[in-house]
Amino acid sequence: MSEWQPRILAILCNWCSYAGADLAGVSRMQYPPNIRVVRVPCSGRVDPLFIMKSLQSGFDGVLVSGCHPGDCHYISGNYIARRKFAVLKPLLEFIGIEPNRIQFSWISAGEGERFATVVTKITEDIRKLGPSTRLVKKL
Amino acid sequence: MSMVNNLRKTIKELLAEKKIDLFIVWEKGSLPLSATPLFITSEDEADRAVFDITCGNNLSVYFTKDRKQFSDKKVGIAVKGCDARSVVLNILEKQIDRRNVVITGVPCHGVLDKKKVLDKTDGREVLEMIDDGDTVTLKGKGYELSFDRSEILSSSCLACIYPDAQECDIFIGDARAEIPNENRLKEIKEFEALSSSERWANTRAEYEKCIRCYACRNVCPSCYCNVCFVDQNDPGWIGNTCEFTDSMIFHIIRNLHVAGRCVECGACERACPMDINLLQLNRKVAMEVKDRFGDIAGLDINGKPAMADFREDEKQDFIMG
Repeated sequence: MSEWQPRILAILCNWCSYAGADLAGVSRMQYPPNIRVVRVPCSGRVDPLFIMKSLQSGFDGVLVSGCHPGDCHYISGNYIARRKFAVLKPLLEFIGIEPNRIQFSWISAGEGERFATVVTKITEDIRKLGPSTRLVKKL
Repeated sequence: MSMVNNLRKTIKELLAEKKIDLFIVWEKGSLPLSATPLFITSEDEADRAVFDITCGNNLSVYFTKDRKQFSDKKVGIAVKGCDARSVVLNILEKQIDRRNVVITGVPCHGVLDKKKVLDKTDGREVLEMIDDGDTVTLKGKGYELSFDRSEILSSSCLACIYPDAQECDIFIGDARAEIPNENRLKEIKEFEALSSSERWANTRAEYEKCIRCYACRNVCPSCYCNVCFVDQNDPGWIGNTCEFTDSMIFHIIRNLHVAGRCVECGACERACPMDINLLQLNRKVAMEVKDRFGDIAGLDINGKPAMADFREDEKQDFIMG
């Protein structure tokens, strides 16, 4: 069997981070192929339930990325998202989920390089943690 | 009993002056350790009203769960400190109109957790309970037990800092402002000091007990979605099974739904038939909300629930650099 590869869900906002990922691709930047992208209209659309569901279905990590504060296409979606994540992350760490499994970042449409760096970093972090076991549903 | 007499007198006056159509309060239950909700519509019923250590129910739950019944009525409600915060929260969330509710505060010294009493009596039936303010005496067939009141108080009461209503129209007696309580976050800090895998093992052991009866959700005055996410089946986000991850996710998401809205009344924990330490997560979230956003649920009637608000310059230490 080949070496274990982390599977990471990247939830990206349509206006900034998704375009940032696009730019990284168009600029032919190299980054690990471990992410699966889901495009959402805004980081404010991300319900913590999406994150929990992805962990339950076996993703080893989740990255949520949106526009930088002040740059939201819908003015305040990312501020609302930030409050949700600010509570979700400590709560998950508190119950004993490894801190690096879930990460948040701001990537603008012009930051293709930053997108590649963030994806490389999260892939490294999750590779170190190993396969996710704690919230995975096994039947 | 003068406090209860004053409460009854107040209810009678409110009804006589036609200031309210209905008053929600507790009455003595059919068993010694229980109190049940009482809906008073006429003055002669007022003498059934009580308030003591058994009155754990957060009565503000009726405003949201039985909304239609109260929408066009003026309602008086008896509240402990935590219940008052629930009422304020319901007002902030436009579930009730401030002008239609007469908040009547009662001085609370904690309510009991029946499960703790049953532990004390080894499950034997309690026929009589005497509470003198410091010690509680339980009497049953062939036994009599006396112990300190704090031993059977609900865990929410042991960590309480607002025992009396901060926002009310009438208070029976003198309302206390915030009281110091060094035990408030003790349990949380201790738990945080454990390693990640120890915390996970503890959480798992605790939440594996869940049987998904939803009693916690049903008694919660802050849980009032028309269709709860666990009852929704298109899309069915999480399984309706007692499998551990399903119930864990239910509890995590429920906690986040009441983040910045939970008043820590402890109704969920007292309602839990499996004795899960539910308030621990609620308290952790409340602590996080207070530290980061400076909000305490249901204290400021002119405020906004924390998760519906934001400031541009908030701390964002959890965002990848």
